[in-house]
Amino acid sequence: MRKDSHSIETFAAWMLALLWLLPLAYSFWSAFHPSEYATRFDITAPLTLDNFAKAWSQAPFARYYLNTVMLVTLVLAGQLVIATLAAYAFARFRFVGRDVLFALVLVQLMIMPDVLIVENYRVISGLNLLDTIPAIALPYMASAFGIFLLRQTFKSVPNELVEAARVEGASSFGVLWRVFVPLGKTTYIAFGLVSVSYHWNNFLWPLIVTNSVESRPLTVGLAVFGAPETGVDWSVITAATVMTMAPLLLAFLLFQRQFVQSFMRAGIR
Amino acid sequence: MVASVMSATEPKSARRRNWVKSVNAWLLLLPAMVLLATFTHYPIIATLYHSFFSLGRSGPAEFVGLENYRYMLDDDVFWQVLRNNFIFALATVPTSIALALLMAVWVDKKIVGRSFLRLAFFTPTVLPMIAVANIWLFFYTPDYGLLDQFLKSLGFAGHNWLGDPSTVMTCLAVMVVWKEAGFFMIFYLAALQSTPPELKEAASVEGASRWYFFRRVTFPLLMPTTLFISINALINSFKLVDQLVIMTKGGPNNASSLLLYYIYEVAFNFWDTTYAATLTVTLIAILAAVALTKFVYLDRRIHYQ
Repeated sequence: MRKDSHSIETFAAWMLALLWLLPLAYSFWSAFHPSEYATRFDITAPLTLDNFAKAWSQAPFARYYLNTVMLVTLVLAGQLVIATLAAYAFARFRFVGRDVLFALVLVQLMIMPDVLIVENYRVISGLNLLDTIPAIALPYMASAFGIFLLRQTFKSVPNELVEAARVEGASSFGVLWRVFVPLGKTTYIAFGLVSVSYHWNNFLWPLIVTNSVESRPLTVGLAVFGAPETGVDWSVITAATVMTMAPLLLAFLLFQRQFVQSFMRAGIR
Repeated sequence: MVASVMSATEPKSARRRNWVKSVNAWLLLLPAMVLLATFTHYPIIATLYHSFFSLGRSGPAEFVGLENYRYMLDDDVFWQVLRNNFIFALATVPTSIALALLMAVWVDKKIVGRSFLRLAFFTPTVLPMIAVANIWLFFYTPDYGLLDQFLKSLGFAGHNWLGDPSTVMTCLAVMVVWKEAGFFMIFYLAALQSTPPELKEAASVEGASRWYFFRRVTFPLLMPTTLFISINALINSFKLVDQLVIMTKGGPNNASSLLLYYIYEVAFNFWDTTYAATLTVTLIAILAAVALTKFVYLDRRIHYQ
């Protein structure tokens, strides 16, 4: 009786898992087969890379890749430096206005840049930055979430370590660099993975502020490429879709455990 | 605050040291605060400010008081996208939570192929919404799409899934549940793994059935996680609009439009930025209310200081 219910559950779990993988599996099928097999599932269908070659030649995907890589790097580098400094101040200094400033930081957790598109567009255009990669990155550069995570990590650093570094004559910056930053390694990795996935995938804001091949990230490039009015073949669009998600998907498959743990750490706060 | 109170009773040199410390801290915070002020605090205030002005397409913008708000309350589309948003939340939040819990319970125990199952459930989380929308768009394409081909092979007629106001929301909700359930699963999984094993042993000694144990022990223990996930899912349902750009453009006839997408349309297709600001004020108010609820009901118990 017990055994039976177990095998039924195992079966159900597997069915759900296969159902969950179906959309992804289908996109790979369609991307790697000639378009006449897009909805004909024949195990003997010939494999081809033609769809990728077509997508690659019909739109500047190389440039889109470069833009996305630059965007993700810029955002992450900025976020790490800015959040480290701010978190250090909040975790280790007692100063006038600390609680007020921290509350002001937390406002961003509640009202994210994603919903302030109208006024942020005004600000970016006032700064004369429209249609550039920094325009996409700037609203996300000071991450309340990053500051929050690092502040918690820094608070748990034992005082003895700080005192020891001070005795050896380290300055405030020295202590930060030699004690806090190395001890925050797991938090940095968690935050980094979440940030990179978020900005690799982000769409609406980049769509609004970019208008040319030189600044468009992959997601926006894909949307422009796949728009119905372009009349591009379905299999070619799927190939482009697979190209857009491949790097993250590959990274995820390789570092599954880190990804899951990072998302969990990041979510729970 | 604390520093200034203390310094009143301390000797001069200590007060000086405190002062230097404050300046140091302020300098460390400067880059973050400048950016937050420019891209979060100022835009929030500017949104509110602009919502009280006319657009000024011909001539300067004028203060119009609550005129934009009156217009909003009379705007049928506004009410429709608001209603859509609540329907969308009602359709996606409980479903993805239930599925996430089911998945978590499955992959928490010793089951054949556990790591494969985890992988399968979690993978949609790391994919860009825009890529997901592209794939699902093809599922829903009338006649040629996968869903219709499947139904036709069973003898049913084709259907314009995304073009029919009565099916479009369900189609989008199914896709979003698919994308999000695995993400919520990991929070349940974390909570399940921290459930004390003694509880399970005690229950099995008592001869409690699995379902009884789940209902009386596991589920109540998971309550804070459920609350936490519900609130995140609710916030997401107001933030997720990427798919609309690709799949429906809010159509047919605004049947699938959501508040943030409507803001995007008003601001960047019709260039009515003051009305878009008015709509944004509504969205900010909703998000603030959700965050406040979260603070009152959740953060007090799971305090993080």
